[in-house]
Amino acid sequence: MRLLAPARWSMVLGLCLFAAFGVVDAHAARIGDLSETRIWEQAIRFFSLRDPAVRYAALGAILLGTSCGLLGSFIVVRKMALVGDTLSHAVLPGVAVGFLWNMSKDPIAIFIGAVAAGLLGVLFVNWIQQTTRLKEDTALGLALAGFFAVGICLVTMMQRLPTGSKSGIDKFLFGQAAALGAADVKLMAVVTLLSVATIFLFYKEFLVASFDPGFAKASGHSVKVAHYTLMWLLAFSIVISLQAVGVVLVSAMLITPAAAAYLLTDRMHRMVLYSMAFGIASGLVGAFISFLRPNLPTGPFMVLAASLIFAVAFVAAPRHGIVVRWWRQRSQSRRVQRENTLKSIYHVLEGRSFQQEGVTVEELAARRRETVEEIRQQAADLRAHELATFDKHDGVIYLTPEGWQRAAAIVRNHRLWELYLTNAAQIAPDHVHEDAEKIEHVLGEEVVRQLERKLAFAKEDPHGRLIPDVATIQRGSGPRREAPSGYRRSE
Amino acid sequence: MNELIPQFNWHDVVVSPWTDGFSSTIWIVLMGAMVATACGLVGNYLILRRMALVGDAISHSVLPGLAIAFLLTGSRGSGVMFFGALLAGVATTLLIELIHKKSRVKQDAAIGIAFTSLFAIGVILISVYAASGKVDLDQECVLYGEIGLVWLEEQTVIAGATIGPESVVRMTAIALITVVLVVLFYKELLVSSFDPGLASSLGINAGLVHYALMSWLSVVVVSAFESVGAILVIAMLILPGATASLLTYRLPRVMALTVLHGVISSVGGLHLALWLGCSTAGAMVVVGSGLFICAWIFSPSQGLLRRWLVKVEDAPLDPTISTKPMKEAHL
Repeated sequence: MRLLAPARWSMVLGLCLFAAFGVVDAHAARIGDLSETRIWEQAIRFFSLRDPAVRYAALGAILLGTSCGLLGSFIVVRKMALVGDTLSHAVLPGVAVGFLWNMSKDPIAIFIGAVAAGLLGVLFVNWIQQTTRLKEDTALGLALAGFFAVGICLVTMMQRLPTGSKSGIDKFLFGQAAALGAADVKLMAVVTLLSVATIFLFYKEFLVASFDPGFAKASGHSVKVAHYTLMWLLAFSIVISLQAVGVVLVSAMLITPAAAAYLLTDRMHRMVLYSMAFGIASGLVGAFISFLRPNLPTGPFMVLAASLIFAVAFVAAPRHGIVVRWWRQRSQSRRVQRENTLKSIYHVLEGRSFQQEGVTVEELAARRRETVEEIRQQAADLRAHELATFDKHDGVIYLTPEGWQRAAAIVRNHRLWELYLTNAAQIAPDHVHEDAEKIEHVLGEEVVRQLERKLAFAKEDPHGRLIPDVATIQRGSGPRREAPSGYRRSE
Repeated sequence: MNELIPQFNWHDVVVSPWTDGFSSTIWIVLMGAMVATACGLVGNYLILRRMALVGDAISHSVLPGLAIAFLLTGSRGSGVMFFGALLAGVATTLLIELIHKKSRVKQDAAIGIAFTSLFAIGVILISVYAASGKVDLDQECVLYGEIGLVWLEEQTVIAGATIGPESVVRMTAIALITVVLVVLFYKELLVSSFDPGLASSLGINAGLVHYALMSWLSVVVVSAFESVGAILVIAMLILPGATASLLTYRLPRVMALTVLHGVISSVGGLHLALWLGCSTAGAMVVVGSGLFICAWIFSPSQGLLRRWLVKVEDAPLDPTISTKPMKEAHL
């Protein structure tokens, strides 16, 4: 790995050089000047990348989606999402100063000014936190508002000047991808490649520093270096995205695609890839929509596209989406309901010493203090899961062998746990029922066996009732007080 | 550079606004001070509850509320706009909670997602309908407002007496109501901000206090927003409270200093804007930030200067974790 590093660096350098000189420098119609009206023709025109302006806009959208998605996933997992917001507002005075440098839209001057201002903002936040009792959120808000206000003052001062009013600095507030030129796209390409290369090469270091700073320190990686490198790259990617998305909404391009990816996977490298893909997709959609009509801003459409992706992930993500969560909770609560009904049937049977096997709906209703109608529904549910047979007319429920096993297992879990709490945790016997009511549904077979061993295969629970053992569960009849000790079914 | 920063003319910048231009100056300063008072008082509780950036989020996301209310009713009547923006503000709070309670996305990211989506919708609505000439809100105005023009608004007339420009009168009323609410519910707000557990044992519904605070925050933000823009609102939610809490530890004094900070930054901002010819709201925030930096350096109890002179590097910044009992520790 280490030997390969110089080779990788040179590859990265080569790509950066290609990006810097390879982009064709041509000037043609701006997007706003195009006159086609039908959406299909527009789409073909956009995606065939015939016009240089379209090419720049699309390329810019891809590049900003890549770098924002990449860095966004790190700031989202580090719970620093709002640092991105502060940083993106704090760059405004730097943009203005970059403009003032020679009163023109020189990408390099603006880039340097903006990065300097953004990093100053981050330092400011750290400094406030270290030297005052103000908390992080307040410090972030202070830096955001203070720097942004200075920026607004500078921008409005410049608009008063004859050269400033038509300089297009107001495009930095809300973004216009159509205003991207060859020089801008070159800069974006170089910066994006730099970010991708840095993260790719030092992926392990960033990962460790983000998830386990203590371990990172212990294994000799500097958390501070990782943090500040990330801040530098973040400032870079915010600054290159400004022209297309605007100051106010850059933070969304950092946060939203990454948050959507966060809902879809638990692996960081996948999250980074998804987040980049979502960033690129929303960037392209935004650039395309703003290309359709002359006065549409680019940034808000990109943000809206990203929000849509997030909304879909939020609702339909395979493991963390709300539909799946809802379904999981529902099936869990229905399983608990079924198990409680089974347990009550066991209690009724136990109450008459397991003499007859059928339990009537009325008996069960009295036991569970519920209406007969509710019990009928529960019985139908048990029948649907083949845990019991149920005749609607005479209203008698018979457990199937499987139903019996489940019922006895739940009662065993409950009583073992009660006994464990009174013996091991020394909780009074009249306090253990509530806890056992919850845990009985989630105890696994392995834990139950451990409990049994720990309690020396005890026969009775703290209330003096018999605990059904494995043999009981298998046999299909109630436990007996005089069962020979050590009895096992020979199978 | 000379073009950019005009000559400082004592008469034009400092004297004449209070003599020749008094009738406009007084309204602008009053507006600024009232926005700062109302926002600052509410903002103090946001700072205590570590929710400073929720205020930022709400002040961005009232924009679609304004735009939709305007498009639905076609009127710029302040009642309609007020209602629309209020709904948007409450919707933001709910959206943030929905995202971070129903999924594993953390609160900071939830705030970022909620307000940027809503703000994007607002900007799109405005730019689409502004192009067709239906809306006269413009995007920049949303950010830094037109506080310099409040005195040109229609005058409010109550019982035959002309009182003042509409938005100034409304903002003053909101600020006064805020003061009254803070005094009336002082105990509830204090306890639920510092110790939610104690609050519920005292029978205070912390959830209710939370939503009431959020709703009132929306009311304040909305009434300030239209005339002064988002940036002044965001800044004034945080700056006065943060400055005051560097100067004293006691909440009543923090409140008083909040109001003082608001007045000074309003007056100072007006003069700065007159000198530099820039956005008045922006200049007010710059002056407010300047006051914060002064407090940060020169605060008698916890300033950088004192820390440097006394070499109290290891002294705790937060008196609540101090080992020595404070004279004023009881609140």
